Amino acid sequence: MDATDRAIINRLQHGFPICEQPYGQAAAELGIGEQELLERLRAMLKDKRLSRFGPMYHAERMGGGLSLCAMSIPQNDFEQVAEKVNAFPEVAHNYAREHALNMWFVLATDTPERIQQVLREIEESTGYPVYNMPKKQEFFIGLHFTL
Amino acid sequence: MVLNAQDQKLIALIQGGLPLSSRPYAELGRQLGMAEETVIQRIRNMQEDGIIKRMGIVVRHHELGYTANAMVVWDVPDEQVQRVGEALGRHACVTLCYQRPRRLPDWPYNLFCMIHGKDRERVLNYIESLVESENLQDIPYEVLFSGRRFKQRGAKYL
Repeated sequence: MDATDRAIINRLQHGFPICEQPYGQAAAELGIGEQELLERLRAMLKDKRLSRFGPMYHAERMGGGLSLCAMSIPQNDFEQVAEKVNAFPEVAHNYAREHALNMWFVLATDTPERIQQVLREIEESTGYPVYNMPKKQEFFIGLHFTL
Repeated sequence: MVLNAQDQKLIALIQGGLPLSSRPYAELGRQLGMAEETVIQRIRNMQEDGIIKRMGIVVRHHELGYTANAMVVWDVPDEQVQRVGEALGRHACVTLCYQRPRRLPDWPYNLFCMIHGKDRERVLNYIESLVESENLQDIPYEVLFSGRRFKQRGAKYL
């Protein structure tokens, strides 16, 4: 990871031009060539430093449902429950966390009503209750990392 | 804006990523039978309306060295949650801040924020400084560090 990769990451977390030659424009801002920017993006996607390059959609404005959910799973059952939960395509990401509620995942569904259905299906499939904590209010989203 | 059938196709096509070529919107247009300028206009409209929050890259913070990831949850009296939420959101170390419902009796916390750092000690220092600068000494909170990440992908639509 050199200074140019870092500059690309810092710049492109804040947006990408929507014009005929967006890579060319972004590259010019970064002081590199268009081909170099494309090659570096390909390399960073390939080795997984970047997970994606494209749009971040607003789930609710797309008409979808989104919620943060948690479960409390005994250690000896954790692996198999994680497998069952992750098998649901609506589970966008899932983290183990150090707490009595030790499994935390985000559900993204194509309609708001589907959230409740999927929750019930997860409860039936795993045998454990799911705590549903959809957002009530957003104070700040600035998820980016300065390198 | 109302999403038409072409928008839906466009959304489905780019959710996996933008083409990595000199004129990505022209390439999308070719695949959808749309003019480049129409693709550009529709994407701009979706961004202005907030359907697309932003275009750009999504990093894997873990792979970039941000290995300590804490969800800090606070039990803030309801009448103070607005003020405290806005105050926490202004700190540079807070990357997300949401009010969520309590789930009593098991879960008393109603304000959630995410703090990422290169190690746990740094994250704990950030939290200490949040408590001090916002006078949150009387607000109960817990820090839930993440252990393993089982799954990380963008949400899928359509």
